[in-house]
Amino acid sequence: MADPLFRVGGLAVALPDMTKKTLFGRAPKIEILKGLDFELPRHSVTGIVGESGSGKSTLGRALVRLIEPTDGRIEFDGRDITHLAEHELKPLRRDLQMIFQDPMSSLNPRRTIADIIAAPLKKNGMGDNLARRIAEALTKVGLPESFGRRYRHELSGGQRQRVGIARALALSPKFVLADEIVSGLDVSTQAQILALLEKLAAEMGLTVAFISHDLSVIRRLCKQVIVMRSGEIVEAGAIDALFAAPKHPYTRELIAAIPLPEIDPHWLDREPAKA
Amino acid sequence: MSASCLEIQNLSAVLANGTRVLRSVSLSVAPGEVRALVGESGAGKSMIGKAVLGVLPPSIRIAEGTIRLEGTDLGALPSKARRSLIGARTALIPQDPLTALNPSRRIGPQMTDRLTKILAWESAKADKRIRQLLDEVRIREPARVLQSYPHELSGGMRQRVLIAAAFAAEPRLIVADEPTTALDVTVQKQILRLIAELQREHGTALLFVTHDLGVVAKISQQVTVLYAGKVVEEADVASLFAAPRHSYTRALMAATPRYTDPLASLRPVDDAVLAGLAAEIAQADRSWGGPHG
Repeated sequence: MADPLFRVGGLAVALPDMTKKTLFGRAPKIEILKGLDFELPRHSVTGIVGESGSGKSTLGRALVRLIEPTDGRIEFDGRDITHLAEHELKPLRRDLQMIFQDPMSSLNPRRTIADIIAAPLKKNGMGDNLARRIAEALTKVGLPESFGRRYRHELSGGQRQRVGIARALALSPKFVLADEIVSGLDVSTQAQILALLEKLAAEMGLTVAFISHDLSVIRRLCKQVIVMRSGEIVEAGAIDALFAAPKHPYTRELIAAIPLPEIDPHWLDREPAKA
Repeated sequence: MSASCLEIQNLSAVLANGTRVLRSVSLSVAPGEVRALVGESGAGKSMIGKAVLGVLPPSIRIAEGTIRLEGTDLGALPSKARRSLIGARTALIPQDPLTALNPSRRIGPQMTDRLTKILAWESAKADKRIRQLLDEVRIREPARVLQSYPHELSGGMRQRVLIAAAFAAEPRLIVADEPTTALDVTVQKQILRLIAELQREHGTALLFVTHDLGVVAKISQQVTVLYAGKVVEEADVASLFAAPRHSYTRALMAATPRYTDPLASLRPVDDAVLAGLAAEIAQADRSWGGPHG
C-alpha cells in the first residue's frame, strides 16, 4: 500500500487479568491483541468488526495511544508512536481524535455544548476565533448555532452524537477513531448519523477507523474491513471482495448470522449457527 | 375472537399529567402464534408487554381499554386474582439477563423459585422440570450451570437459562422484551432459533418486542408497527415485507441496514414522514378526549 496513514506490525497488547488476581500477588497478564499486522490507507474509512471480546476496542485505543502496546510497532503518518511518552504525544493528539459509543457519558453534563467543543480546541492551540470555530463545527454536523448554549441532557441521542462528531472534527484531525458510534441509536437516527459521517469523511478527506459489531453498517460505510476474533485478525481486505467471497469460515458465520429484513423461512434452521 | 390467547382492545395509558403514552392500542395473539411489536424508542412496545404482565411503573395508569388473557378480562379481576392468573399463564424473557438475575444467588434456586413458591410445585418436581428445560435449551452441563452464579456464565448462556425458566411452567403466553438485543450476532441467531423451537414445540403464544425489522422477519407470523404509543400498521409478516402500507413502515425498512443492498438501505427517515405521523397522533388525541368521552 502506498504511504498508508497507519502502518502496524506485530501489535500486541497484554493487560492484567484482575479476575485472576490473588490478594497480594500480581495479576497474571492476559493477551488481548496477539500480534496484528495491518495498514490503514489515507482518506478512507476502514471498518473493524468483531464480537464482544474480539479486541476491536483495545485495538482502537492502541491506535490513538490511549494504551501503550506491549509489543510490536505502530507507525502514524511516517512516525513511530509505539512507545511515545504523553508529552511527546501531545502535539499529535490533535490528529488522533475519537468519537465514542455513548455520548451521554462522554459529554460533560455541567458544561454547555459550546464549552465541550471549545475544550479540545484550546488544549491544542486552536483557541483563537473560538466562537467562529464552534459555530462552524455545529453547522457542519447539521445543528443550529444556538445549540452551543444547551447542555447534553437537553439533546436527543442523535443530537448528542452529532456533538461528539463536531467536537472531534473541529480540530480537523488526520485520523478519527469511531468506536460503536451508532450502536445505541434507533435505526432512523443511526441512518442519519452514518450519512453525516460519510459526507464529512469524504469532504474533509478523513482517515477513519470505524469499529462496529455490525457488518451491515460497515458494508455501507467502509471501503475495507478488518475482521477480528479473540485478539487476532481472521480476515482483512476490500469490503466488496469480503462480501462477494468471504475466505474465513468465521467471516461466513458472521455474515450468515445477520437477520436481513426480508422473509426467509429457512434462515433460522440454516447452518452455520452453532446451537 | 374468544379464541385469542391475548386480546388487547383500545388500550390507552396515561402519565400523571394526562399525556397519553399508549394510544388506543388493539392487537391480539392467537394460541401458538408469534406477534412482533416493532418500533423505535418511545414507541410503547415494551410498555404494552408490561401492561400485559401487570408490571407498569406506578407513574403510568391505564385510562381505558381491556386486556383479555384467554378470554378473562384482567382489569375486571381483583388484584390478587389478577396477579395469580398472570403468574400462572404468562412469563417474561427479558432483554438483559444479568439484571434479571439476582447476582448473589446461584442459578438453580432462582429457576425453581418460581415453580415452588409461586406455583406451589414440590421441589423434586421443580428440579426435574428445570433439568428437562435446560436440556431443551441445550445446556450440556446442567449441574454446573445450576451451581453457578450469574456472572460466571456468558451472556448467551444466561439468556438460555432465562428462556428455560420462562418455558418451565408451561405458560400460555410469553412476552419476550428485546431478548437478543444485548447479544452478539452469532449468539443472537442461536437464541432466536431456540426461542422459535421451544415456542413451536410447546405451542406457546409469543409477544416479541424488538426494534429490529430483521429479527421481525425471522421470528414472527404477525407484526404490529408502533410509533409514539400508536399502532401505525398491522399485518401478517409476509404482507408487511411484501407491501408495507404505511409510509413510516416503508421508511423504517429503508433505514434498516441490508448488506445485500447497501446503497438502498440505511436511508434516513424523511422529515415529511415524521410530520405526517405527528399530525396523525395529534388527530387521534383530539378525537380521544380522555376516557369515556
